[in-house]
Amino acid sequence: MSQQTENNDIVKEENLVFKKTNVLLDKVMHYCPGCGHGTAHRLIAEVIEEMDIQSECIGITPVGCSVLMYNYLDIDMQEAAHGRAPALATAIKRLQPEKFVFTYQGDGDLAAIGTAETIHAANRGENFTIFFINNGIYGMTGGQMAPTTLPNMKSSTSPYGRDVKMMGNPLKMTELVAQLPGSYYVTRQAVHTPAAVRKAKKAIRKAIENQKLEKGLSLVEIVSNCNSGWKMTPLQSNKWMEENMFPFYELGDLKVDGGMAK
Amino acid sequence: MAKVKGSIVVDIERCKGCELCPPVCPTNVLSMSKELNAKGFHYVYMENPDNCTGCNNCALVCPDACITVYRKKLV
Repeated sequence: MSQQTENNDIVKEENLVFKKTNVLLDKVMHYCPGCGHGTAHRLIAEVIEEMDIQSECIGITPVGCSVLMYNYLDIDMQEAAHGRAPALATAIKRLQPEKFVFTYQGDGDLAAIGTAETIHAANRGENFTIFFINNGIYGMTGGQMAPTTLPNMKSSTSPYGRDVKMMGNPLKMTELVAQLPGSYYVTRQAVHTPAAVRKAKKAIRKAIENQKLEKGLSLVEIVSNCNSGWKMTPLQSNKWMEENMFPFYELGDLKVDGGMAK
Repeated sequence: MAKVKGSIVVDIERCKGCELCPPVCPTNVLSMSKELNAKGFHYVYMENPDNCTGCNNCALVCPDACITVYRKKLV
């Protein structure tokens, strides 16, 4: 299955630097080639392995592209109704406060149908972690305009670009959550370059570790590409994301240890 | 002369040929093969295996976790 013909003196167990973590199952993910979901899944799996909390971690999957996430992570997972993952996570965390609970949601789930659940969970200061994958589009259903779609961004339901006058302004969910007193750690990351991946992993680890402190909600937004929905190759979509998404959705910490970072 | 030498092993059947890893390689080791895997993707392979330093960049950006990295110090 694996390709290996040369360099047999280097490919040895003692020289191993990086290997797919066992928390991530061998099943091939259904995501499009180059999708940021795979990297985000891997980082969460790696953090779970490093913290050794595989048996104490409960994940909530959303509705969206990542609806089948429970097939890929070897932890306990629960499927939620569309947008209701924070409500479900609230129940699970309150009933089993010793467990590590996280939700993994896309922008159609968290910022559209689940806005109320997200904001109220953050405002109540619930002690779990939200991973928010923002690609500015409804990826699974065919690239329709989402609340996070940028002004003038083309999607299948805004073929001439999002007209702010008619279709309203994009919603910065992460900034909203950061302003609420119940959130403890809010950050925005990306997974398109090795440096961004390293930073995102640190943020994910911090967000999960914060649950031990019982100080409030942690939210990690990951700005991701959707090369199929944007009708680009993976490399083009990453470049487009750097040029267009990052000026609007600025990367970096918004709230650290309960205090605004900016 | 490089003091470390690396190598990667690609899980060919997992690779979806998204081409994210060749540009992040600092020594231009990787390129896409002309052959296809069972799913019909051009998988990544080491075109210049001697230049690999085992820096781990390709494995970090790989969305499908199909790259395993090895690194050895040369004495």
